[in-house]
Amino acid sequence: MKISLTVNGTKHEADVEPRTLLTYFLREQLGLKGTNVGCDTSSCGACTVLIDGVSVKSCTVLAVQADGSEVTTIEGLAADGQLHPVQQAFHENHALQCGFCTPGFVMASVSLLKENPSPSEEEIRLGLEGNLCRCTGYHNILRAVQAAARAGA
Amino acid sequence: MSILGNRVLRSEDDRFLRGRGTYVENLELEGAASVTFVRSLMAHARINGIDTSAAEAIPGVRVLTADDVPLPAFGPPPFGLPPAMGRPLVAKDVVRLVGEIVAVVVSDDRASGTDAAELVMVDYDPLPVVVDPEESLRDELLLFPEAGTNVAGRTAPAAHAEDLFDGCEVTVSGTIVSQRMAPCPLEPRSTAAAFEDGRLTLWLSTQTPHQDRDTIAGMLGLEPAQVRVIAPDVGGGFGAKVIFASGLTEEILVGWLARELGRPIRWTETRSESMLSLPHGRAMRLAYTIGGAKDGTILAYKLDVLADCGAYPTLGAILTGFTQLMSSGVYAIPRVEAEGTTVVTNTTQIGAFRGAGRPEAIQAIEAAIDRFADEVGMDPAEVRKLNYVGEFPHKTATGAQYDSGDYAGALELALRSAAYEDLRAEQKRRRDEGGTKQLGIGLSSYVEITNPLGEGELGEVEITPDGGAIVRTGSFSHGQGHETSFAMIVADRLGLPFEKVTVHKGDTDEVASGTGTYGSKSTQIGGTASGEAATTVVEQAKQLVADYLEANPQDVVLDLGLGRFHVAGTPDPSLSWEELASRAEGDGRLAELKASHEFKGAPTFPFGTHVAVVEVDTETGQVELQRMVCVDDAGTIVNPLLAEGQVHGGVGIGVSQALYEQFTFGEDGTPLTGNLTTYAFPSAAELPSWETIEMETPTPANPLGAKGIGESGTIGATPAVYNAVVDALSPFGVKHVDMPANGENVWRAIEEAKA
Repeated sequence: MKISLTVNGTKHEADVEPRTLLTYFLREQLGLKGTNVGCDTSSCGACTVLIDGVSVKSCTVLAVQADGSEVTTIEGLAADGQLHPVQQAFHENHALQCGFCTPGFVMASVSLLKENPSPSEEEIRLGLEGNLCRCTGYHNILRAVQAAARAGA
Repeated sequence: MSILGNRVLRSEDDRFLRGRGTYVENLELEGAASVTFVRSLMAHARINGIDTSAAEAIPGVRVLTADDVPLPAFGPPPFGLPPAMGRPLVAKDVVRLVGEIVAVVVSDDRASGTDAAELVMVDYDPLPVVVDPEESLRDELLLFPEAGTNVAGRTAPAAHAEDLFDGCEVTVSGTIVSQRMAPCPLEPRSTAAAFEDGRLTLWLSTQTPHQDRDTIAGMLGLEPAQVRVIAPDVGGGFGAKVIFASGLTEEILVGWLARELGRPIRWTETRSESMLSLPHGRAMRLAYTIGGAKDGTILAYKLDVLADCGAYPTLGAILTGFTQLMSSGVYAIPRVEAEGTTVVTNTTQIGAFRGAGRPEAIQAIEAAIDRFADEVGMDPAEVRKLNYVGEFPHKTATGAQYDSGDYAGALELALRSAAYEDLRAEQKRRRDEGGTKQLGIGLSSYVEITNPLGEGELGEVEITPDGGAIVRTGSFSHGQGHETSFAMIVADRLGLPFEKVTVHKGDTDEVASGTGTYGSKSTQIGGTASGEAATTVVEQAKQLVADYLEANPQDVVLDLGLGRFHVAGTPDPSLSWEELASRAEGDGRLAELKASHEFKGAPTFPFGTHVAVVEVDTETGQVELQRMVCVDDAGTIVNPLLAEGQVHGGVGIGVSQALYEQFTFGEDGTPLTGNLTTYAFPSAAELPSWETIEMETPTPANPLGAKGIGESGTIGATPAVYNAVVDALSPFGVKHVDMPANGENVWRAIEEAKA
C-alpha cells in the first residue's frame, strides 16, 4: 500500500506491506535505527515515537495507520545538533546506562512534559509506566524528567 | 587535582541519546540471510519426525534439522559437569524444554522466515515432565538416562560435623526459596556472521567477546585466530549474556551457517524467545538452621541448598559453590556447614544473574539472623552488631578470605540515615492502634565476593600522534560506562584531559586478550590493568623525553597537572604529550609510547547494610515499599555518579525479587510468564526512589583500592525488603513469607498464621 507521511520533518512516500509495523518501517525502510525493539507484546516502550506530537509505541501501530501523520523519532529531537532539554537532562542526571531503552524513555518524557509541564514525582512515575528499564532502577530517569521540567522542556 | 572520585558525566551518552547506538541489530550487512529458529512447544518429548515441506514451499526458504547440522552437542561448559548432559545445537530425538531448537529456517527476509517457521510440522510423543527440583532429585524420571542421575553437581561441605549445634541454647530452622527470575536485559540477543577468506566474523550481543571467540572457534573446528568477535554496543546483560558459559547455542549456529552457506547470516531474538532461551537466575531452595546462645551470640550455622539448573547444566550448575563460600555472610560464626546439590529439570537453563549464587547465600543467612533475633527476643540490629566479623583480613569457616571491611560502621550509618529508632516508635504506635496498615522495618547486612575467580585482565595504552591516548581493554561494558571510568583512570595517570582519552573494547582483532565482564570485576582488574599500562607509558615517555632534552631519564618528571614533562627542578624546557607525540612520530619512535599490562587480582569483598521500610495492608496483603536506605561500600570509588547508578539498578532488581518477579512453569513445563505482559518486570510506578549512602573502605587487593559495585545493590536489597515484610506481620505470628512477597503470598502467609 502507498503511504505518505512526514518523519522528522522530511516527507516520505512509500510502498509498504499492509502488515508492516511502524517500527520496522522506520528502522528498515527509512533506516532510522534509533527506535529500538525490546519486546513483542507492546510492553517495554523502547520503540516509543511521537505521532503528531503524542507518544506512541511504534510497535502497536501499522505503518499504514501513520499515513498522513507527522512522526518524530529520537533522531529528530535534537535541533541543529543541540540535544533537546530532555536528552540533556538524561545525560546530566546519568539516566541511562546500556542506552537501549533510552530513545523510548526520552520520547515518552517529551510527550509527558508537553501534557504536564510540572509533574509531581507520582505523575512522572505513572506517566512513564509504559516504559521499562533494567539498568537504572528508574531513580535517575525520574531525576532527569524533574530536571527537564525545571528547565522548561 | 586528580579526576578520580569526581562525578564525571559519561562520554558514551551522546550516541545513545541521539539514537546512534551500535547494537548488532542496527548493523548493515549486505546480502544477509535471516535465521528463524523453530522451537519446541513441549517441555519433554520424543521427536518422531519433522515435516518441512510446507515451509520450504515459500520462495527463498531453506529448513535445516538436526541431520543437516553435523556439529557435536555443546558442552556442558568445562566446570566438571556430567559430559552426558550436553546440549544438542538442534534437538534430534528428544526435546527437554519448551523453547529448545528443533529446526532452523534460513530465509531472504525476516517476515518470510517467521511465516515459514510456523509451517514446520513437528511430530512429538510427549514424555513425562519434571519441573520440581525435589521430584527431580528422586531420580525416578531421568532427563538423561545415559547419565544415570538428574544430579548435575554437588558442592560438598568441608566436613560433616556431628556436633555442629552442641552447646547452642537456641536453634531455629527455616527454608527460603530464592525464586527463578528472568534477567531481561532490554536488548534481546542479536547475532550476525560473515565468513570470508577462511575467517569468520561474528557480531555478538555479549559480555565476553574473547571467551566466546575461543568457545565458538572450538565448536566449529576453527583456530581462535580464524574467528573475530565484535561486540558493539550491548543493551544490558546482567550475567545472562556470558555466552560461552550459559549454554547459548544460537550464536554457534549462526556462525556455522555463515560458513556453511557462504552467505552473511543474521538473527535477532524476539522477547518471547529471549524469555525462554536466555538463562534464568536463582532457583534455589535454601534450608537453614542457626544456633547460638540466649545472649545473641551465634555459634553454628547449617545451610543445605537444592538448586535447579534447568534442562542443560551450564554456569548455573556450579553457583552453589559461591552460595557455600558466602554462606555465613558478615558474621563470625565458628561452625558453619554448607552444601548444595544441583539437579536438572525440564525448564530453561540457569545461568548467572546479577549476584549469581551470592544473593541466595545472603537471603538465607539474613532471614536466619532475624529468626534467631526473634527467638532470643533481641532487636535484629543488636544481634547483627554482636556477631559481625570485626578484624580484617578474616578467613571464614567456609574458606573465604575477606579483605577489608567495617560492617558495624555500615550498620550505624544506615540506622542513623533511616532514623531507625523513630521508625520503631512509629511501628509501635501503629501496632498499638491496631489498624490495617502496619509498618515493617527490615535490615540486611551483606558481604559479597567480586572478581570471584581471581581473574586477570589486559589493559593497553597507546599515545596517538596528536598526543591523546587510546586505551584497549579486555574488559567489556554493556552499560557500565567503561568509556568514562577507564578513561578517567588513564587520564589521571597520564596527566591528560579526560576528553583526550578514548577507550576501545569488544573487538578481538584489536584487543589482544580479554576475559570480559561478569562478577563485578571490571574496574578492579580491567581498570587497574589500564592504569598500570598508563604508568608504564609514562616511564617509557621519560626515556624519550630524556633523549630530546638531553637529560638523564631518572631526572625527568611528569607534571600531572599540566601534562608536561621536564627535568626535576627545571620547569623549562618542557614537553607536552602533544609535542612529545608529534616529535616521536617524526622520528619513527611513537611505538615507544605504548605499553600493555595484565593485572591479576585477588577477589574482593564489598559490603553494606540496607534498611527497607514497608507498609503492609493486613487485609489484602498489599505491600508498599516506602523507603530503601542503602549503605554500600565497594572500596575506592572512581566515579561516584556511575557507582550510584550501579547501586540504583542493582537495588531495583533486588527489590523486585523480594516483591514482584517470579518465572513460573506449569506442571507440564509450559512457561506461564514467557513474555513481558505476564512476567512481573516492574515499571517506575512500582518502585520508589532510593536513598543511597556511600562508604569507602579500600581493598589492599589492587592499587586502585576498588572493589566491585555491580551486584551489591541486588544482594543487599532483597533480604532487607523480605525481612521488612515479615517484620510487619510478626504480630500475627508470621515467621516467613514466600517470595515474591506480592499481595497473594502475603495474604496467604497472614491467613496461614491465623489458622
